[in-house]
Amino acid sequence: MAQMMTYSSKDTWIHRLSGSTKMIFFVAWSIVGMVTYDTRVLLFMLAFSSILFRISKTEYRQVATVLKVIGFFLTINLIAIFFFSPDQGVSVYGTRTELWHWFGPYTFTREQLFYEFNVMLKYLTVIPVALLFIVTTNPSEFAASLNKLGVKYSIGYSIAIALRYIPDVQKDFREIKQAQEARGIDMSKNAGLGKRIKGMTAIMFPLIFSSLERIDVVSHAMELRGFGKHKKRTWYSARPFEKSDILAILFLAAFTLISMLVTFADGSRFYNPFA
Amino acid sequence: MKTPLVEFRDYSFKYRTQTEPTLKTINLTLYKGEKVLIVGPSGSGKSTLASCLNGLVPHSYAGEQSGSLLIHGKTNEKLSVFDLSSFVGTVLQDPDGQFVGLTVAEDIAFALENDCVAPAVMKEKVAESAALVGVGHLLERSPQALSGGQKQRVALAGVLTSPLDLLLFDEPLANLDPATGNYAMELIDDIHRKTQATLVIIEHRLEDVLRRQVDRIIVVHDGCIAADSTPDELLATSVLTEIGIREPLYLTALKYAGCEPTRQDHLASLHLIPLERHRENLLQWFFAQQARSKEKDRNVILEAEDISFSYRDQEEVLSMVSFHVQQGEMLSIVGKNGAGKSTLSKLICGFEKPTNGWIRYQGEDLAPESIKQRAEKIGMVMQNPNQMISKAMVFDEVALGLQARGIPAEETKRRVEETLRICGLYPYRNWPISALSFGQKKRVTIASILVLNPRILILDEPTAGQDFRHYTEIMEFLKRINQEHGVTILMITHDMHLMLEYADRTLVLSDGRLIADAAPAEVLTDQAIIEAASLKVTSLYELAVRSAIPDPIAFVDRFIAYDKEVRRQ
Repeated sequence: MAQMMTYSSKDTWIHRLSGSTKMIFFVAWSIVGMVTYDTRVLLFMLAFSSILFRISKTEYRQVATVLKVIGFFLTINLIAIFFFSPDQGVSVYGTRTELWHWFGPYTFTREQLFYEFNVMLKYLTVIPVALLFIVTTNPSEFAASLNKLGVKYSIGYSIAIALRYIPDVQKDFREIKQAQEARGIDMSKNAGLGKRIKGMTAIMFPLIFSSLERIDVVSHAMELRGFGKHKKRTWYSARPFEKSDILAILFLAAFTLISMLVTFADGSRFYNPFA
Repeated sequence: MKTPLVEFRDYSFKYRTQTEPTLKTINLTLYKGEKVLIVGPSGSGKSTLASCLNGLVPHSYAGEQSGSLLIHGKTNEKLSVFDLSSFVGTVLQDPDGQFVGLTVAEDIAFALENDCVAPAVMKEKVAESAALVGVGHLLERSPQALSGGQKQRVALAGVLTSPLDLLLFDEPLANLDPATGNYAMELIDDIHRKTQATLVIIEHRLEDVLRRQVDRIIVVHDGCIAADSTPDELLATSVLTEIGIREPLYLTALKYAGCEPTRQDHLASLHLIPLERHRENLLQWFFAQQARSKEKDRNVILEAEDISFSYRDQEEVLSMVSFHVQQGEMLSIVGKNGAGKSTLSKLICGFEKPTNGWIRYQGEDLAPESIKQRAEKIGMVMQNPNQMISKAMVFDEVALGLQARGIPAEETKRRVEETLRICGLYPYRNWPISALSFGQKKRVTIASILVLNPRILILDEPTAGQDFRHYTEIMEFLKRINQEHGVTILMITHDMHLMLEYADRTLVLSDGRLIADAAPAEVLTDQAIIEAASLKVTSLYELAVRSAIPDPIAFVDRFIAYDKEVRRQ
């Protein structure tokens, strides 16, 4: 069974980077993506993150569901922007090139379309890197890297354990769903939405209880093996910083610097093709 | 000579949530290097006793204690769970639930990480303790992907990374098939020899533990110590049967035959019992018994023909399996973990579709029927009741399946109440499920399936983790719905007693193939099948062979029939 959104062990140089490097990369990349509206920078980021995605040998089905959900919300977001502020682009770029008047205040302008195109790009540059971070970082290494960056290890470890239990919970979910379907809870597409939502509660209830049971067992097991004994702990899976990590960080620093220079060269976050 | 390691003196403990103390004025000393077995029925306090040793009581499970408990001469109030963890190692019952690492190596390293051991030293120590239990070649694997026996080894390696004074095993055999259980006991023995640590094993599968020598057995009953003696002495008394723990089957057989075994008989190890002394009695008993009457052939209710299954482009989990089930039969399906037992039941219920072959119910192909439709003919009860229960009240839980089918309220009420009566749950119909015992919860889940009136019931490990009394209770209940209501029952199990005592027939799976379809007594005496399916020869058969009974298989068969009769009374 393909597991969605969980770490999958593959041998690529992205997988071999230390967790801290990937974490720093992800954070810096997201910040740049959030700050800049410069189309040239965004396009570069989109191209680059697609390449990274390719290199990491991540398969589409590993992330398909999440992509669909994000795509759905992205669409809603873009429509909402248009309805709530149809002239956002005009005020950003300072010109107004009307394309088609719809009704009331709603006119499609070149500026608005270009603005929303940039918003979409921002999503598309950050998402692949976020997904990549999740599927290429070993959860324990992730915890270790959080710890290195100053987060308390108990917090990092809880996150790691949660990630680590995703496959188990998915398995539980499937089994419970099958058992409940046998009792007549119809979860297939034939059933109406109301029925399916009601059916979902018949699955969630046992799922939550069996998960709580699991948590109880594992937390005692961890306590018995000395988890939380000291303020610090070491990590078996911690990777030492290697040359490739240093290269990645150097690249990141250069990229951040250049993208900021490019973005703010004209004193605005926006790249203005209309001027 | 003997140095005490743990001393309970007039020790009592009461959980905060309970009104009665769970342990009552316990006086017990465990010595260095000893190998001790603690037995007792469910709820006797044996697990609490174990929790006292690793500090979960009183530090994690709050409650009141009185008297004193000294470990290494220090009172337990001053020893935190962490202090104790540096010299008491605990291997919990369900290894699956306690793995925290993504790989075997990481899991073994967990305690070391918490002790801030430097990575380089850690790698060495992990390799060392992995080698000690023979999992050195599995270090990069995911613990979840291992077999039951390997999982246990990994769990054990995880506590062996620090030098221990006391090693505590909580029901080490609970999730293992019989043969793997045997290896586990061997391993425990081996570790005991290598580490010289005090060993405490909590287990109710007494016969399996006694395959290896233990120094002392402590019997816990109702919060008190009911017996504390050597195995040979204990087995010569009737303490075990009185408190509802199953003694080894060979011993029961000797008693039935009127052999009056004594402590001089070395009752703890079958191969040491001087059987010449008892042979006469055994033979007499054997010839006095009637053979069990063969069941007549009945109508075939379920038929599988050449079924195979694989998850997309992976290896076949089942290949070309064919069998039939007769109306009103009680059938067991056995085989080691991963042999295809669960897959088979999923195919029958329609959760998965076979990649080849047919399954027919009363002559009709089941393939076009949905899961929901099949459920009215074939019901599936999962191992863990918590995976099925989705309502707060007993009545609602049992009514769920009928309500989902849009059955009118009147009829639902009538059918639910009728089912609850059959299951002995009618008095509890308005109870919250959370207030029920495990056995009662299990019955609620069975009731919630039975209410749909299926003609076949499939149960996954119906008695896993149950003591003898609950085991008998659940199995007699199943027997009753089988006989009085004609429900055909398929049981997936590791428990050889269960299949010997309750199954009319056994299907044995090994690596996805059906390798035997025969009476349990035949299966459990056939060396080739036993090895392939990771089963174990029943000690009854060994007893019969060693006492030169002319037909050992018939001896096993007659014992089972006789034993059932005795227990029914």
